[in-house]
Amino acid sequence: MGIIQTLNLIHDYITRDEEGNEVGTVRALDDVSLDVEPGQFIAVLGHNGSGKSTLAKHLNALLYPSGGTVIVDGMNTQDDDKLWNIRQEAGMIFQNPDNQIIGQVVEEDVGFGPENMGVPTKEIWERVEESLKTVGMWEYRKKSPNHLSGGQKQRVSIAGVIAMHPKCIIMDEPTAMLDPSGRREVIRAARALNDVEKITIILITHHMEEAIYADHVFVMDEGKIALQGTPREVFSEVEKMQALHLDVPAVTMVAHELRKAGVDIPAGILTKEELGAALELVPSVASMQSGKIS
Amino acid sequence: MFKEVTIGQYYQTDSVLHRMDPRVKLIGTFAYIISLFIVNSFVGYAFAAVFLAAMILLSRVPFGYIVRGMKAIMFLLIITVIFNLILTPGRPLIQIWKITITWEGLSFAVKMAVRLIFLIIGSSLMTLTTTPNQLTDALESVMGPLGRIHVPVHEMAMMMSIALRFIPILMEETDKIMKAQIARGADFESRSLIKKIKSMVPLLVPLFISAFRRANDLAMAMEARCYRGGEGRTKMKPLVYRGSDMVAFAILAVYFAACIALRGAGY
Repeated sequence: MGIIQTLNLIHDYITRDEEGNEVGTVRALDDVSLDVEPGQFIAVLGHNGSGKSTLAKHLNALLYPSGGTVIVDGMNTQDDDKLWNIRQEAGMIFQNPDNQIIGQVVEEDVGFGPENMGVPTKEIWERVEESLKTVGMWEYRKKSPNHLSGGQKQRVSIAGVIAMHPKCIIMDEPTAMLDPSGRREVIRAARALNDVEKITIILITHHMEEAIYADHVFVMDEGKIALQGTPREVFSEVEKMQALHLDVPAVTMVAHELRKAGVDIPAGILTKEELGAALELVPSVASMQSGKIS
Repeated sequence: MFKEVTIGQYYQTDSVLHRMDPRVKLIGTFAYIISLFIVNSFVGYAFAAVFLAAMILLSRVPFGYIVRGMKAIMFLLIITVIFNLILTPGRPLIQIWKITITWEGLSFAVKMAVRLIFLIIGSSLMTLTTTPNQLTDALESVMGPLGRIHVPVHEMAMMMSIALRFIPILMEETDKIMKAQIARGADFESRSLIKKIKSMVPLLVPLFISAFRRANDLAMAMEARCYRGGEGRTKMKPLVYRGSDMVAFAILAVYFAACIALRGAGY
């Protein structure tokens, strides 16, 4: 059984007028069913307002379903007795690094989660050390979070979640407010956690390049899962992606255009290296290259 | 614009007072403030002054640094002195036009000024030697018993520490908004008071909106990390009394007893 399952999940945001009467509902999630296996790296893509952040909040029991169910490691998120277990097992990273750091010193922030869980003092220190070392922020433990870069702050947030020993981490656009180097830092940390610690990662993003490392990609549109599969499967559907107002990675786009122009290369190319290798196999290109060399 | 307020900002150095348990300092400061109102003679004030001087020496905070912080309360001090001077009835000392300064008024004003100065120096000495974090922890621990009568002690301490964390962030944001408004022709330099107040509106509205948004985000992030109030929570850095803290308590008790004795002896 999967670590995270949603079954026909529905979420309605109710809009109210000034007197508090319901004036309408907006369906943010519409019949979403997904199943995540332990240890997977999942990417959820979608343009603004596609419901991907709402989905993230359901997986951590910050929102409750209007219909359907969410099961986290065998626990129903609507079961109030299990609420804190769910939040401990499914950690969450948010978009804005400033608004999720509570401590005034890096190490205190990482200790915040374990403190809330009632972990004994000595073990808190062990967990803090272990998690800060995992994300490579141990040297900064005495610093004020205000003196760190965006990528570093986000890594501190990740350490804060790891210190709670979760089985799964949900990242809600963790790189949206970062510069390219900060983005690389955070994605590297997420992949390392997945590879080394075998923590299930659910990465919600609108940067397509971040999704190519995923085991499985879900594409959301208007509250529904519009497309899913391996990154290769999803990104080979260039026209469909464009119809959903999403880009595909630049390399994939180039390869797609080449294919349309009649160059004989496979669909769903994701990296520069792959494109290079595929082009080597194309007779006309290969001859051009050898001609240049000789 | 906030730079000149140095009163009570943590002064980083290593001293006996810096290393002392923050609870001792908190209780000590309260005891000292009370003692200032127990003693009521110049002998008593001299005694309090000696005690304060000893503490300043122990704290290794430069005296000049402490005095500079006093500038902020100068205005309050002068007003207090003037009111005491002219409004206390008694034997007249000097009479200028309709204003009479009495002997009693003079003695009262001086005492009040001394009290105020000692009070401010005493309490700023606490904040000068204690980080805001330690202070919050101490407050939570000392006020702990109030929790039993449903005073939300933990929540108040948590709010204080979050406020402290967000002060620099909001200051930076204020600066950004200000620059953005200046770039669009806003005038923050005007000398007229009314214009100055008016120019604050386009600054405060976005600042408040953003602060509320941050508060909302933060609350969600705290919940996601299993925050559910003070109950069942453990401490990463628990406060533990050491031998030296006990000595400090003993010295404090002796000082306090001496103050009461002085009052009793009629000084």
